[in-house]
Amino acid sequence: MSDLTGLTIAEARDGLKKKAFSAKELTEAHIKAMEKARVLNAFVTETPDIARAGAAEADKRLAAGAARPLEGIPLGIKDLFCTKGVLTTAGSHILDGFKPPYESTVSNNLFNDGAVMLGKLNMDEFAMGSSNETSYYKPVINPWRRKGSNTPLVPGGSSGGSSASVAARLVMGATGTDTGGSIRQPAAVTGIAGIKPTYGRCSRWGIVAFASSLDQAGPMARTVKDCAILLKSMASHDPLDSTSVDLPVPDYEAAMTGNIKGLRVGIPKEYRIDGMPAEIEALWRQGIQWLKDAGAETVDVSLPHTKYALPAYYIVAPAEASSNLARYDGVRFGLRVPGKDITSMYENTRAAGFGREVQRRILIGTYVLSAGYYDAYYIKAQKLRTLIARDFEEAYKKCDVLLTPTAPGPAFGIGEKSDDPIAMYLNDVFTVTVNLAGLPGISVPAGLSSEGLPLGLQLIGKAFDEATLFRVGEVIEKAAGVTPRPQAWWEA
Amino acid sequence: MTFVTTRTDTGPLLDGATGKWEVVIGMEVHAQVLSKAKLFSGASAEFGAEPNAHVSFVDAAMPGMLPVINRYCVEQAVRTGLGLKAKINKRSTFDRKNYFYPDLPAGYQISQYKDPVVGEGVVIVDMPGGKSIPVGIERLHLEQDAGKSLHDQHPDESYVDLNRAGVALMEIVSKPDLRSSEEAAAYLKKLRAIVRYLGTCDGNMDEGSMRADVNVSVRKPGGPLGTRCEIKNVNSMRFVAAAVEYEARRQIDIIEGGGTIKQETRLFDSKKGETRSMRSKEEAHDYRYFPDPDLLPLEFDDAFVARVKASLPELPDDKKERFVRDFGLSPYDAGVLIAERESADFFEQVAKGRDAKLAANWVINELFGRLNKEDKSIAESPVSAAALGSIVSMISDNTISGKIAKDVFEIAWTEGGDPAAIVEKRGLKQVTDMGAIETAVDKVIAANPQKVEQAKAKPSMAGWFVGQVMKETGGKANPQAVNELVMKKLGL
Repeated sequence: MSDLTGLTIAEARDGLKKKAFSAKELTEAHIKAMEKARVLNAFVTETPDIARAGAAEADKRLAAGAARPLEGIPLGIKDLFCTKGVLTTAGSHILDGFKPPYESTVSNNLFNDGAVMLGKLNMDEFAMGSSNETSYYKPVINPWRRKGSNTPLVPGGSSGGSSASVAARLVMGATGTDTGGSIRQPAAVTGIAGIKPTYGRCSRWGIVAFASSLDQAGPMARTVKDCAILLKSMASHDPLDSTSVDLPVPDYEAAMTGNIKGLRVGIPKEYRIDGMPAEIEALWRQGIQWLKDAGAETVDVSLPHTKYALPAYYIVAPAEASSNLARYDGVRFGLRVPGKDITSMYENTRAAGFGREVQRRILIGTYVLSAGYYDAYYIKAQKLRTLIARDFEEAYKKCDVLLTPTAPGPAFGIGEKSDDPIAMYLNDVFTVTVNLAGLPGISVPAGLSSEGLPLGLQLIGKAFDEATLFRVGEVIEKAAGVTPRPQAWWEA
Repeated sequence: MTFVTTRTDTGPLLDGATGKWEVVIGMEVHAQVLSKAKLFSGASAEFGAEPNAHVSFVDAAMPGMLPVINRYCVEQAVRTGLGLKAKINKRSTFDRKNYFYPDLPAGYQISQYKDPVVGEGVVIVDMPGGKSIPVGIERLHLEQDAGKSLHDQHPDESYVDLNRAGVALMEIVSKPDLRSSEEAAAYLKKLRAIVRYLGTCDGNMDEGSMRADVNVSVRKPGGPLGTRCEIKNVNSMRFVAAAVEYEARRQIDIIEGGGTIKQETRLFDSKKGETRSMRSKEEAHDYRYFPDPDLLPLEFDDAFVARVKASLPELPDDKKERFVRDFGLSPYDAGVLIAERESADFFEQVAKGRDAKLAANWVINELFGRLNKEDKSIAESPVSAAALGSIVSMISDNTISGKIAKDVFEIAWTEGGDPAAIVEKRGLKQVTDMGAIETAVDKVIAANPQKVEQAKAKPSMAGWFVGQVMKETGGKANPQAVNELVMKKLGL
């Protein structure tokens, strides 16, 4: 049973139903893997007791023939999701000791469908980062290494604990959240699949907010199909989230027919950016070829406002964050650093509780919303957002789905970009447009770099058309062949 | 924001050392929406509970919590808008007003800044002396109330009570159309009557359900508007009048002394009857308003507005007009009766099928007089509308005289009971038996020959005889009949 952690969710689901192994065995195998991989620092909190209780319940249900869709599947939950009675930190010192008295809608949906929680996954502080280096709980280490090198690499971010734990086979799948690429970029650089659904597809209730108009939860797993299985459970209309959408959640697995004949795949010329590494360019061309081989046709499209996406994103997201993070004031929960009066208590608490990147974004956000700057920055960024969304609408008159690279390069070394915020922000160059337009986007593992590191391709869909992304994503996944597992150097 | 006055006449003026001054007043009235639950959470909006008994996770701004609009509060705002004869905006938006204070858990107040739910309207304010002033309404918007900081519970700590946090308020903003302290107080009184009629606010000023920010400036009649000062949180009509009086005089004195008015926010000290500076324009907060990304624009259709409109009660102005038209009351009496919906209803019950003018006199003079004296509300009146109606009927059909009626009212007030039964049991019925009255008149004339002589010379002496006859009959004789008989018998 030593290879239980190597199964996909779909395989484990079948194995459990066929009683090839028990939920207990499956969970124990993952607990063991998790405990052996502490050097990766993927978890902020391990919850083996909760996992074991969940597995016991799952075995009862399986025995009774009353298995739910995710019965006994061990998952990791990004530490941005509030989990009832379990420490929830958002990767920040300011939420010290915070155990929410409520469960987020998305994690609740997963547990109601029988999923088993192994623990809470490390992340960039308040989901602000692309490398998991801004976490108060220290960086997560990518299970992948460059060929012949021991240099520790970042697992992407902000869902870095999620990507690393899925890639290292510590969990079968994980929740992520994506505000500017935080699911897709880490998925790409760890060789797994991850989808940011359409804004409104998953409830935001109970997820610590970063930028409310951009945040969206989604699954991360080793295959496209596993992502489809997880999203089916995560998505729901939630009356507690006014921005969640009351649309039926399709049977995504059933939509994965493998048939993409006649599908029109748009190739946006603006994504061919200056200085794009040749191997990313080559990967993209390869992806185009795979889809053509499978019967799709490609169409050149233009998304003319793409170059404004990053600046617009780095105005809108910090603006909303500066307001969303005002509640962390030391008054009601989390960290409090005393002061001589209320103002100094606020200052002391927030100075100690927020890391540098979070402080930077609060300052940017406060600045762009200030009197005299609001029109020049925030309003202009909102106008750009409308133009960017319109670009996609125009493109979708000519095609059904767009294909782009997910990230401008493979995983980089810890510390390599952390002193240069602008270089770090460029990691989001292919992903932020999707958030600004509220569209779904999936990253699919598509190959390895010259240094042996995973690379991903991104598919961008029409609003609420996740089904097409899964169908096309699986075609790429199959064409690319099985992504090798990273060497389990951490177990040595 | 600067609003334009719609007032065209010249209001009352104040005397200064350099001549006449005109006071210009605009008011922002915060009226708590009458609703079971808060504006964005299901917690109770009831007044007077134990501290922090009515606080949901949303009200406490716990991480990941999201606001959901309370439809009933929207309906109440629309109802109020219709009562203010105002434009109803079928699309409005919510904005965040950002500032730090411990009683504001999220660090922002959700309000409507750019696009309020209700636009321009008008309130007719009736002044003693018969003048009616149309006061323009600039807008009405929905917003959350804040909690309450308690500084007197502990020697060196402050506590926070969040029961009020998130309770729905309507901010009703007038145009600068008021010109005196009396007008300001009368406007507030009228506004209170309207919302109480509508059932959209209970108007309990001592519980803080209604409070006013008063903007005051002075100018030479017809001259340009002066610099205004805003007096915050004035919580009674009397204080509004006193605050305006003080503030206008203060500003006139400064200008006449060669100084200039600084735009600032001031507080009214009700004990000293003066206003004092709270913060200057330079110290004013930058609230960094921006659209709340957690809430969709508030949209409803004409059918919704029509439904609300159909449910509106008769409003004070319409009721007054009807009382004048149908009951033949003077506008003044009608105005007094309609000031409170309960008084108007009481009056209508008394007047139904009876002499309405007589009923009005009795309600206004006897009943209101007595209620005021004992500081009782109409709901607490020991004499019911039916009982007072019975008294009015007995006066009209000459069962009792007006004088006896006052005695009956007194008995009914202090001892209770049905006035008809009181009259019957105590033998208070007016003597209309002409034989009995004649006997009494003859008796008095026979006993006072000297007075008879005097009366013949001086006819006004007849009154003395009437008095004696009334005394003889225990006040029960019909005074008119006595008068006629006395005159006849004395040959006058």
